[in-house]
Amino acid sequence: MTSAAPVTLAPPRWALRAAVGVVGVSVLFGVSSALEAGLLEYVQRIILLAGINVILAVSLNLINGTTGQFSIGHAGFMAIGAYASAFAGVQLAPLWQGVFGPGVLADGVTFNLALLLGALFAGLSGLLVGLPSLRLRGDYLAIVTLGFGEIIRILFNNAQFLGAATGYFGDSPAGLPAYTNVFWVYFWAFCVMIAIWNLTFSQTGRSLLAIREDEIAAEAMATPTTRLKILAFSISAAGAGIAGGLFAHMQNGIRPEDFRFDKSIDMIVMIIVGGLGSVSGAALGGVFVAVSLELMRDLHEYRLVLYALLLIVIMLVRPEGLLGQRELPHLLAGLWRRRRASAEVAR
Amino acid sequence: MRLLELDGVSKIFGGLHAVRSVSIGVEKGEIFGLIGPNGAGKTTLFNVITGVYRADGGRVMFDGRNISGSSPAQIAAAGIGRTFQNIRLFRSMTAEQNVMVAGHRLHRAGLLSAIFRNQGHAEDEARLLGRAKELLEALGLAKHAGDLASSLPYGSQRRLEIARALMLSPQLLLLDEPAAGMNSQEARDLETQIRWLARELGVTVVLVEHNMSVVMSVCDRVHVLDHGESIADGPPSVVKQDPKVLAAYLGQEIEPASAAPSASAGSTE
Repeated sequence: MTSAAPVTLAPPRWALRAAVGVVGVSVLFGVSSALEAGLLEYVQRIILLAGINVILAVSLNLINGTTGQFSIGHAGFMAIGAYASAFAGVQLAPLWQGVFGPGVLADGVTFNLALLLGALFAGLSGLLVGLPSLRLRGDYLAIVTLGFGEIIRILFNNAQFLGAATGYFGDSPAGLPAYTNVFWVYFWAFCVMIAIWNLTFSQTGRSLLAIREDEIAAEAMATPTTRLKILAFSISAAGAGIAGGLFAHMQNGIRPEDFRFDKSIDMIVMIIVGGLGSVSGAALGGVFVAVSLELMRDLHEYRLVLYALLLIVIMLVRPEGLLGQRELPHLLAGLWRRRRASAEVAR
Repeated sequence: MRLLELDGVSKIFGGLHAVRSVSIGVEKGEIFGLIGPNGAGKTTLFNVITGVYRADGGRVMFDGRNISGSSPAQIAAAGIGRTFQNIRLFRSMTAEQNVMVAGHRLHRAGLLSAIFRNQGHAEDEARLLGRAKELLEALGLAKHAGDLASSLPYGSQRRLEIARALMLSPQLLLLDEPAAGMNSQEARDLETQIRWLARELGVTVVLVEHNMSVVMSVCDRVHVLDHGESIADGPPSVVKQDPKVLAAYLGQEIEPASAAPSASAGSTE
């Protein structure tokens, strides 16, 4: 048998990936165009919010869930991303319109550059906050990020060139351009999910888990704990920055009030409901929060009461969250293997 | 050649002199026992060597370099692996993952390589996994590779800590009570494994252990601490007879002249 080894003409890895990428983007484009044509704007908005929540939750989970260092001020990084990309978008738009002429191409380039700049600024502020507070072992990050979130909000509240408390609406009377659509939100959601998934399931991810499990033992195994904690925190902040940029271009303006402390709490709820430490769980939790809050909108002032009750019930029934520390793809693969095994037995 | 040399190391906690001016030299390739009654300062000394505590006096030389003041991660990277008296595994990770964490010497691909899953990442993972499997096999843990560390039996958890420390490819391995909680069969297997890693892997071993049959059977040389001070050093057979060591372990006969019915250390049994 071995003598007649089949000659495989496997295409190189990059070609396969490019093919998967092209097909994926085309499918995403088709689906999002169909959704935009066929759905009420209200439903579309929920879908957008769900996608943004996925980015927020998956990023926050990297530091809170995987690394076990609690950040409770991620709304601050979202705000930095939102303001930075809104401001950058306004400045960059004329430039690219000059290059490509007004249209989808110029908008796309402007938007994505603005998002990346938002991520960069958020990531750098994560580095600044993380450098002093992550050198220590313990809950200092929670204390520092709690203060940081509020400081950022108050800074934007007083920044005249960004509209101060009224909010930032860009230069034109129509407000910020509405670049955000289903395609871009889910394009970025998939990019962030894949990047963080790959990071989590690598030697770096194992080291982050080790820090969460036992920091002293991790150090004794030559893990550069401080460097890795700061790295995870900065990446997490950058992710929140992308979400902020998408959020900013979803409406005609952003206000400091959009990034209050309860926004940070919302993000923590997402990852706890989904299962702290699970990438796919965080994504589920993000969708859950967006959808459940909208479904209860008709209850008006009772909404938050019911929401709180719902969370209490979840914590009583499934304290480890929807997925616990497991991952959806792994669970599905296990299910698939079991089903195949039982089919074999039946035959 | 001396691989590890402690030169007058002291450690003080408030009013307690946990380690008082201890000097120890460990030769390359040796299996070195560090013994003494509870509270003698053995684990404190391990923590000073590995950088968890900073010595209040003296210095620690490893492989000709002064490592006092270095961080635990730097010291581990320099080639000192350790296990913990109160097991410190990464509990919610599998045995295999626990071992892989320590494989920084085999980890060459960077962060971007992991995110983009390129060839470097694949080779990295294969290298780490291969070595981890070898070490698990060597310590008799192959069948537990995919099990959560917290689900392993106690004796296996201790061996997993050794496998994890060996993943560092250390020159020196500090074992803090590796036989604690093991039955006599497991302890004998452990003796074989300790000899194996000293002879086959060329790792120098410093061992803190209360199980005297393990110490006497595997150690080339023994150093005895009592109340933070060195009281004896030499081959196990000699140290065993040392009156000071016997006194430290069993208590001292009180001179008949001053014999009083005091409730001092239990020397009666």
